[in-house]
Amino acid sequence: MLGLAADRLRADTNRLLAFLFHQGILDEQFLQLQQLEDETSPNFVSEVVNIYFHESEKLLRNLRSLLMDKEFSDYNKMGIHLNQFMGSSSSIGAKRIRNVCVAFRAASEQNNRAGCLRALELLEHEYCFLKNKLHELFQIQQQRALAAAVRYPMQN
Amino acid sequence: MGMAADSEFHVLAVDDSIIDRKLIERLLKTSSYQVTTVDSGSKALEFLGLHEDDRIHQNTPSVSPNNHQWRLQEVEVNLVITDYCMPGMTGYDLLKKIKESSSLKNIPVVIMSSENVPSRISRCLEEGAEEFFLKPVRLSDLSKLRPHMLKTKSKDHCKEQVDEKTAFPSPKQEGKEEQQQSNNNKRKAMEEGVSPERTRPRPNGITSVV
Repeated sequence: MLGLAADRLRADTNRLLAFLFHQGILDEQFLQLQQLEDETSPNFVSEVVNIYFHESEKLLRNLRSLLMDKEFSDYNKMGIHLNQFMGSSSSIGAKRIRNVCVAFRAASEQNNRAGCLRALELLEHEYCFLKNKLHELFQIQQQRALAAAVRYPMQN
Repeated sequence: MGMAADSEFHVLAVDDSIIDRKLIERLLKTSSYQVTTVDSGSKALEFLGLHEDDRIHQNTPSVSPNNHQWRLQEVEVNLVITDYCMPGMTGYDLLKKIKESSSLKNIPVVIMSSENVPSRISRCLEEGAEEFFLKPVRLSDLSKLRPHMLKTKSKDHCKEQVDEKTAFPSPKQEGKEEQQQSNNNKRKAMEEGVSPERTRPRPNGITSVV
């Protein structure tokens, strides 16, 4: 029945969000984003998050190519990428990613290349995880929207 | 009577981060302000009609090729909100240039920063910034903006009344502010139905209505 499906989907959303908050993957800023969504801007969260994905993947590629370069020495440039990544992650509530960036930046400030490489791998992992989870979240929300739009004939 | 709806306030938001621009735009629109976003301090100054040598270009079309949102200094900007850390011209540099300009110095400026550096904050406030917001900026932060914009509005309105020598009696300045405040409080409870279309760029040469 329609009602049960909607309930289950809502429960799924809540469970996923609770998990993400509990694990410290997302923080309150993500809720702020959701609160900014309304009829005039119904896809605001997914729009912002998709921009975030796009920007993040660029930054991750840049960081990796910097570190993979045998002659690498431009920690300054790396710091700039990291600050951008930190800022955007903080803006969407991606707490864990932001924290990894902080550690990454510390390694970078010490010109610790090995530490930077480790931090980058962790960052890539965290980013992948978050991306999957948020895609999952958006999928559930899409299903909820569909369920709300479908009408079932009344049974007697 | 529809007095002093916030949609009459136009905010110029400056940030090099595309995500933060999208965020601040949404925050400002949710608060019923008209918004223009730019990605650098120099573009901000261009939009405000200020050039390197501090002259205002009168009636010179300076339209950026791909962006039909560019307007001349005829467009009134009631507040500038800018990120601090930007490549090239920082938010602090932009603040200084605005405050040093005879034409722009009365525009309230707010600085945003992701880093909580006390010396940075006091430097900005000393230079004339009205507020300093830590990022990520919240809706509740934006409620601090209205008083700064109202101050400037009623100043302008008073000046216009003196200049135009209106025939009909005009409300006292304090009375007008009070009325604006209570109308704004009412607006909080109820949307005045500001349509999203109002935030699209206005045609050339039309000033905002006070």
